[in-house]
Amino acid sequence: MNKHDSLIIGGQEIRSRLITGSGKYRDESVIPEVLAAAECDIITVALRRVDFERDAENILKHVPAGKILLPNTSGARTADEAVRIARLARAMGCGNWIKIEVINDQKYLLPDNEHTSRATDILAREGFIVLPYMNPDLPSARRMVAAGAAAVMPLGAPIGSNRGLQSLDMIEILIEEIKVPVIVDAGIGRPSHAARAMEIGAAAVLLNTAIATADDPVRMAEAFKWAVRAGRAAYLAGMPGESRHAHPSSPLTGFLSGE
Amino acid sequence: MSDPITITLNGKKGHVAANTSILSLLEKRDIRPGSVVVEVNLNIIPRDAYGLRMVAEGDTVEILRFVGGG
Repeated sequence: MNKHDSLIIGGQEIRSRLITGSGKYRDESVIPEVLAAAECDIITVALRRVDFERDAENILKHVPAGKILLPNTSGARTADEAVRIARLARAMGCGNWIKIEVINDQKYLLPDNEHTSRATDILAREGFIVLPYMNPDLPSARRMVAAGAAAVMPLGAPIGSNRGLQSLDMIEILIEEIKVPVIVDAGIGRPSHAARAMEIGAAAVLLNTAIATADDPVRMAEAFKWAVRAGRAAYLAGMPGESRHAHPSSPLTGFLSGE
Repeated sequence: MSDPITITLNGKKGHVAANTSILSLLEKRDIRPGSVVVEVNLNIIPRDAYGLRMVAEGDTVEILRFVGGG
């Protein structure tokens, strides 16, 4: 990719358009290799109570230096809870990026845009680089940008569903209308889904389950790296339109027709 | 030695000795102070205050860390 095709989030230049999560790994020690194979710069984490009974490993041990840590506010059901988690996450001393996730629907884990927008407003004022996870709805996205979101992260399909870009048309509208980076988060289950998101002009994709739960997460990370690059290159190249009828690729004026 | 006090630590009620600092709460559980964030009664405690901040009767203490997440 040429060096002018840079992604800027919160004033920082991001080289990789693939953002990965650190959840659901059978073995977290594979994460450094996954990040290397994906060549990814940003990784998400969650904040939880320390379990005194279990000697759980510190996830940061597996995150190489130089990566941007993107803590999420998972577990938050309201704007206030998201703000509380974000402040705690920042106090960990690993930067001021935050993925806002406010969910009060346990079946589909769909984000609550109203609370998300309110949390975005509060946290952006406090100097966070705010990336809200949201339903792909244009008025909500506009509110989040006005509130100071550094990017918006519409879902392709419910978290962990691997169903791809079910919300394609709505995401396309956001890409067309929203001036901050539009990052497709959730639902991306296959490299082809990621490529499709990039082909339509998404700034980046964020995925976790598809890599973490693959039989071979490192190889899958590499597959996603190529998919994201291919999709981005196709978008930049400008894809020709579709039509119902054939258009010959070879000149039709052949010598056999005796014209 | 004064009587133990009751605090709620990560959602569970329990007793600790009076004049227990945040730092000793962590050390007793083999937790490296730099790997966690601590909140007492919804206030974030700065790391450099862990040794000075004593827990008091009825305090709600949360000790949190980063885990894998998407």
